[in-house]
Amino acid sequence: MLPFALEKAHSAEEAIAAAAAGGRYIAGGTTLIDLMREEVEHPERLIDINALPLGGVRVEGGGDLVIGALARMAEVAADPDVLRVQPLIAESLIEGASPQLRNMASIGGNLLQRVRCPYFRMLDAACNKRTPGSGCAAIDGLNAGHAILGTSDHCVATHPSDLAVALVALDATMRVRGPQGERSFPVEELYRLPSDMPHLEHTLLPGELIVEVRVPGGAHSRGARYLKLRDRASYEFALVSAASRWMSGTARSGWRGSPLEAWARGPGACAHARQLWSVESRSGGLSKRPLN
Amino acid sequence: MTANVIGRPLPRVDGRAKVTGTARYAADFNQKDQVYGVIISATVGLGRVTGIESEQVESMPGVVVVITHRSAPRLPYGPHKSYIDPAIGERLHMLQDDRVRFYGQPVAVVVADTLDRAERAAAALRATYAADRPVVDPSDPKAQAIVPEAAGSEADKRRGDADGALASAPVKVDATYDMARENHNPMEPHATVAAWNGDRLTLWSKSQYVVNEQAEIAAIFGIPAENVQVICPFIGGAFGTSLRTWPHVTLAAIAARQVDRPVKLVLTRKQMFFTTGHRPRTVQRVALGATPNGKLTSLIHEGTGETSRYEQYVEALTSNSGFMYSCPNVRSRYRLTPLDAGTPTYMRAPGEASGVFALESAVDELSYALGIDPIDLRRRNEPEIDEGESKPFSSRSLMKCYDLGAERFGWSRRNHAPGSMRDGRLLIGWGMAASTYPVFYLPASARVRILPSGDVEVEAAASDMGPGTYTSMTQVAADVLGVPMSQIRFDLGRSDFPSTPPHGGSMTMASVGSTIRAACIAVQVEAAKRAVADQRSQVFGAALDGVEWNEAACAAAATPRQAKPTATLWRAPASPSRPAPPRSAILRLPAAIRCTPLARSLLKSLPIPMSARSGCGAPSALMASVASSIHALP
Repeated sequence: MLPFALEKAHSAEEAIAAAAAGGRYIAGGTTLIDLMREEVEHPERLIDINALPLGGVRVEGGGDLVIGALARMAEVAADPDVLRVQPLIAESLIEGASPQLRNMASIGGNLLQRVRCPYFRMLDAACNKRTPGSGCAAIDGLNAGHAILGTSDHCVATHPSDLAVALVALDATMRVRGPQGERSFPVEELYRLPSDMPHLEHTLLPGELIVEVRVPGGAHSRGARYLKLRDRASYEFALVSAASRWMSGTARSGWRGSPLEAWARGPGACAHARQLWSVESRSGGLSKRPLN
Repeated sequence: MTANVIGRPLPRVDGRAKVTGTARYAADFNQKDQVYGVIISATVGLGRVTGIESEQVESMPGVVVVITHRSAPRLPYGPHKSYIDPAIGERLHMLQDDRVRFYGQPVAVVVADTLDRAERAAAALRATYAADRPVVDPSDPKAQAIVPEAAGSEADKRRGDADGALASAPVKVDATYDMARENHNPMEPHATVAAWNGDRLTLWSKSQYVVNEQAEIAAIFGIPAENVQVICPFIGGAFGTSLRTWPHVTLAAIAARQVDRPVKLVLTRKQMFFTTGHRPRTVQRVALGATPNGKLTSLIHEGTGETSRYEQYVEALTSNSGFMYSCPNVRSRYRLTPLDAGTPTYMRAPGEASGVFALESAVDELSYALGIDPIDLRRRNEPEIDEGESKPFSSRSLMKCYDLGAERFGWSRRNHAPGSMRDGRLLIGWGMAASTYPVFYLPASARVRILPSGDVEVEAAASDMGPGTYTSMTQVAADVLGVPMSQIRFDLGRSDFPSTPPHGGSMTMASVGSTIRAACIAVQVEAAKRAVADQRSQVFGAALDGVEWNEAACAAAATPRQAKPTATLWRAPASPSRPAPPRSAILRLPAAIRCTPLARSLLKSLPIPMSARSGCGAPSALMASVASSIHALP
């Protein structure tokens, strides 16, 4: 781990100003610290945002569920309001990580977590996400847990967040605050496809801080369910995950769109993680690329 | 002999030390002025080091030196092989040439005044390689299996005509079992603190075999063994990875000599996958032929294990198949595939675990092919003798294990058809397998000292990687001497203690336990001799076999804590018919203890006879002999 400076922010403004000057936010640290140990991430300056008033879970008058960015996974998964109005979210959270990790990891951090591809985490392996232009060792390497939708010739890593899949399925939006002020957008728009620039993963502008996630209420919510298939019963990332409106989750983030919905409705679609297709773009058709 | 501590669930004598953090592991032995070594591991799978930019890194803050193959001293690497080193091949030499033999091989060591600085320097060090394509998978077309010379006659064994019998068998199964490599990864990483004092070297080092580490390092550096002291009182789990002395120990000693300061070197978790051995990947074929009523007519067991290119690591992969079941036609074949990898090593029932898995899986498949219950199938093939060696078993309780296991599990409620049992939404499967592990014992020695206070000190160069050697050896001594456990102090883990075999192969109790028992008996005899010769003693002038051990006096002697002459430890017997301490004895603990939870109750009901030969304090090895039967003591 390379040396770094750690400072604690006491307000969102303070944090955002520090980030604009080059600092990186840290909340639970359950992704960032690991990657710093591997020297994949080497921020010089960390801004501890844990004291900011961005926690909590509430249901608003119109039925929207609002989850603070600093709410912890465990807290949200056990929240009575969440269980009552959006059980899908609780299911997606409880299937993730481990109890220890869920106690520390924030909702905002969960959405921004980085990929689990082992080559991304190995400094001596080719990885376009870590070092643009260096190649992708996963394409011909060990990739049983990698993506089959939304990939490119540059990167086949899958986004590991179960929560993201659920939020996309539920048409959730998120609010962020940055040097230019606040804005809201659908969670789905947070994520970029790897295309030829896999090192760019999300659409946040420099210094933007996730404030909260908003899940619109509705009758559909109570019947929604989350399914995660994997070799082990716990403490393992998904081979295939899905939220029940047939948002197939093997891809970069939840997928939706008519060619895929048709494909995903097929009974075998989610059951066979080794089915070998990759989708070039959201609007395009299906193209084949075999993985190992 | 009372006390009756054997077989009782006592708290661990080292429990408090462990939970309060006062138990010291190798990396806890920080030395004054010590510096920190970090290994640079090769990032290519095969080839040569063409450059290492040490100068740049050596000017980083706190960096003392970077040692590479260009700057490392030429070491004698005198020959050394012990029980646990591969019989064929030569160990890896550290920094003596520019070759990279496998991914993760050490190519340099960085030394700095803090661990952080050493790690930072290691991360900054640039090495360049001329890389070749390594062969790391046994299915690689370039991988070639060899007959393992190191396995001797175990490589090919046969009786009858297994292939012919398989071809004509009415019912058969034939399957391949591919088991991935496993790395030990105990909680405690390998660690060594090395300190030179002139030409004497002290190593606080994680080792399950301190006397061997002493001899190995002495041979590598070409110095007398008595110049090397290895200390390891506690091990945080090992599973076999600390039996051999691995390259990081040599690197710590090289660095310490070069910088003339103690060097602490702890492997990272990643490095625990490179140079400290592993259970080898194995590919096995088991084929079984049987009659329709389940009698085996053919058993074929073929297996191949990976090894390095520089040593033949062999294990007992196919060895159990000759005697597990009754079968007239058996063929086993064991091969090795040298790969560009580090040498595998012992890991928790090395060989047997992998081989028995394959065999038992095949027997399970056969039970389905036959439609016979898996336990029933095994009963029908229970051998009377070891048909491979044509010898009777010294002990074999498998049928009884089936009986008890089935009864306690409720096996009679089992439905044989797959998918037939449910618990709500869950499908329930019930299975079983038999297993076996050989009983090993090797010569050992121990020292027992009774102090004037009545306290007892016991020493042996043994090891405790977690199973509880401290407690079990204390129990043995307490059992023989009849004194409370609290009055006995057992010490282990120093190479200058009496020599013992490796802490592996489940042989510690049989070897070291028997020896301590014998040593305790011998010390009783020694005390008796003094007692009958001491005028102050109650038994002055008595015949040696006319006195009996006075446990009460031994206990009493400890409180109040003042010196009492050893004479009081012996008294005239209350009843003349009480026998003298036993001399000839038989011991066969391990099989019973290890196999089943019955062992504890077995031990309580059958007083364990013991063997006695003098070995008290002697540097020469003591063999605790194991004879053929267990009988009760009067």
